[in-house]
Amino acid sequence: MAKKPHATPMLDQLESGPWPSFVTGLKRLAQDKDYVVDLLGHLEHSYETKKGYWKGGTVGVFGYGGGVIPRFTEIKDENGAPKFSDAAEFHTIRIMPPPGMHYDTDTLRKFCDIWEKHGSGLIALHGQSGDIMFQGCTTENVQKAWDEINEMGFDMGGAGPAVRTAMSCVGAARCEQSCYDEAMAHQKVINQFLDDIHRPALPYKFKFKFSGCGNDCMNSIQRADMAVIGTWRDNMKTDAALAKQWFAKHGMNELINDVVSMCPTRAIQIKDSKDVRSDAHISSVAVNDSQSLEIDNKDCVRCMHCINVMTGALAPGNDKGATILVGGHSHLKIGATMGTVIVPFVDLKKEEDYEQLVELAQNIIDFFAENALEHERTGEMIERIGLVNFLEGIGVDIDANMVNNPRMNPYVRTDGWDEEVAKINAKKAAA
Amino acid sequence: MAQPQMRRPVEHFLDNKKFLHPTLAANYGNWKYHDRPRPGVLHHVSNSGDQVWSVRAGTQRQMDVFTIRKLCDIADQFAEGRVRFTIRSNIEYIVSDEAKVAPLIAELEKNGFPVGGTGNSVSMVAHTQGWLHCDIPGTDASGVVKSMMDALYDEFKNEEMPNRVRLSTSCCEINCGGQADIAIVIQHTKPPKINHDLVANVCERPAVVARCPVAAIRPALVNGKPSLEVDEKKCICCGACYPPCPPMQINDPEFSKLAIWVGGKNSNARSKPTFHKMVASGLPNNAPRWPEVNEVVKRILMAYKTDARPWERMADWIDRIGWPRFFEKTGLPFTKYMIDDWRGSRYNLNASAHIRF
Repeated sequence: MAKKPHATPMLDQLESGPWPSFVTGLKRLAQDKDYVVDLLGHLEHSYETKKGYWKGGTVGVFGYGGGVIPRFTEIKDENGAPKFSDAAEFHTIRIMPPPGMHYDTDTLRKFCDIWEKHGSGLIALHGQSGDIMFQGCTTENVQKAWDEINEMGFDMGGAGPAVRTAMSCVGAARCEQSCYDEAMAHQKVINQFLDDIHRPALPYKFKFKFSGCGNDCMNSIQRADMAVIGTWRDNMKTDAALAKQWFAKHGMNELINDVVSMCPTRAIQIKDSKDVRSDAHISSVAVNDSQSLEIDNKDCVRCMHCINVMTGALAPGNDKGATILVGGHSHLKIGATMGTVIVPFVDLKKEEDYEQLVELAQNIIDFFAENALEHERTGEMIERIGLVNFLEGIGVDIDANMVNNPRMNPYVRTDGWDEEVAKINAKKAAA
Repeated sequence: MAQPQMRRPVEHFLDNKKFLHPTLAANYGNWKYHDRPRPGVLHHVSNSGDQVWSVRAGTQRQMDVFTIRKLCDIADQFAEGRVRFTIRSNIEYIVSDEAKVAPLIAELEKNGFPVGGTGNSVSMVAHTQGWLHCDIPGTDASGVVKSMMDALYDEFKNEEMPNRVRLSTSCCEINCGGQADIAIVIQHTKPPKINHDLVANVCERPAVVARCPVAAIRPALVNGKPSLEVDEKKCICCGACYPPCPPMQINDPEFSKLAIWVGGKNSNARSKPTFHKMVASGLPNNAPRWPEVNEVVKRILMAYKTDARPWERMADWIDRIGWPRFFEKTGLPFTKYMIDDWRGSRYNLNASAHIRF
């Protein structure tokens, strides 16, 4: 039995309503733990005064320079003593989840046992960083909890100016739209950068995210310094049985309104089956006895819309890999930036292909470490130095897929033009 | 004196093979198609002929160990002891026997976990930490989210929206909650209040000066002590100076407001990805249930639900109807603060004669 609970009239109002309540969970923990009794008091004080009262500090584990988020209370009495003394320290340990966030219950139960013993008993699955957040631990217990979690085979996530915990979608494990082995890419890349995760020494954070297709379920273009997004180079696959099944259920109006007219590059047409072109870059599938969808794969940008609507009837091709984009981040400091293409296609079929991905990531991080200013993300660095300088720095050739359009101003010195053209021609001739 | 023996960490990032449901492991990379037999359930079919049903349920994200153990009990009973989580903190149970789907749903709902969040539903809000744990929060995302999901409970459990709806909530302008169809983000409205007694001891002043996006901060001597001062005419109240220098208090119970942003889309489907845009601000930080925020979110959602065509995400819908009609249909005022004046802002102005009447 824990000590008497504080009155929490504001938090109590978050127990009503049908959605699961974190307050109810905290109260349950508070039945056994003075720690959580005071945590509830602390949080209620925030609700009353509309302010946060945790400050950072320095707490870590032996051998690592980051991964623990230290929190010390700032709610003090007139003598400077913590008012909620049992919750004066409320550190979080970030732990990297397995790719795709799959678990067995044995693992989750062990997490619970460890955190009930050493921590608050509160675990977030998962934080916005992609980590398992073991929330609420005293300085004294951080090492004990970490030792037990690490013994289970789990490793600590990133914090501060470091490579951060990555995220990957469910992907090949359960999704027909997956274009590469997201989990393998995720694991190989992260294992390459463990030192940069655990010992923060970069200009600022660096995030990887792995999405199996253009639906980008991991928000990688907006949030990752390096986004790996599955795609394919050959023709879209089709399945006549599933196409007819879809059409029988949805009909011509939906086919036109929801599939054909929503294609962003007008790559899809409805044709009489006898008129469908037989060129090598055409995919087609009959939807009834006389009409077919015709897709010109040269015009298709692999946006995934038609595949989302007619799942299985239309599908990614066989020549699969990924598009790499660099530079996504949120507002601070120059305003939000999207990642932009630096490699239109990297092959990801054989295991060796994944080593090339790791090598590219290493080049990018090396360049970032050398050239970014303090507290500058990759997107901001590229904005400052220009994409061409970045590409030359990492040894990647330019490609017209990297731009929406060529430049719209004449403010550039072009006296190297002839040499550039000669280089491009020489490369073409050699290929 | 002997040093205490410290355990060296084992540095290794593990793979996920042993955590996969056996049918997922057996069909890895070999899936053919999927459909949704009912809200909250995905049905995947493999080229091998194997099938799985994934049942998705909402959680409160930060869970007590009792909740997690209950979720594990359910997995042991129905789903061969395996679960996975989505990026929006929904839990997924995978079963290879269709007969288990209905009893699994019943068991989840009996224990208070709503089944839904698939397809054209409003899924759980991706959100940040807030007053519970963050060192710079302007609000408590968990509380905002709980109130909002209570109000959107039926929209989570049903697939009645034109396309999927993804929400996020962030406790400061850094926007850790991320881009979303509708995002709720703190918007400070007053410059930081500086505690000059503490700056010299707590803050690395050149680093703080460098953080400011508008160069509004400069070193100054205040009451004989080295401190910082803010040019309040230049200050955009973003709060970027607060994390490296906590004596520059940006959070204010009255003047830290909530803003609503719409039309963020991470997917490449149809249009290229888009960032969300500010459509409302000045909403009070009204703990514990933020009714004013809920009201605006619901209003936007209902306008979208009524008016958007199938497969149009929030951004696609607004792209078709135009911003004037968005403000008309939602009844939200279009104010001068929504006209961008940050770098690149001219690209956000209408350089055409394209006007909808």
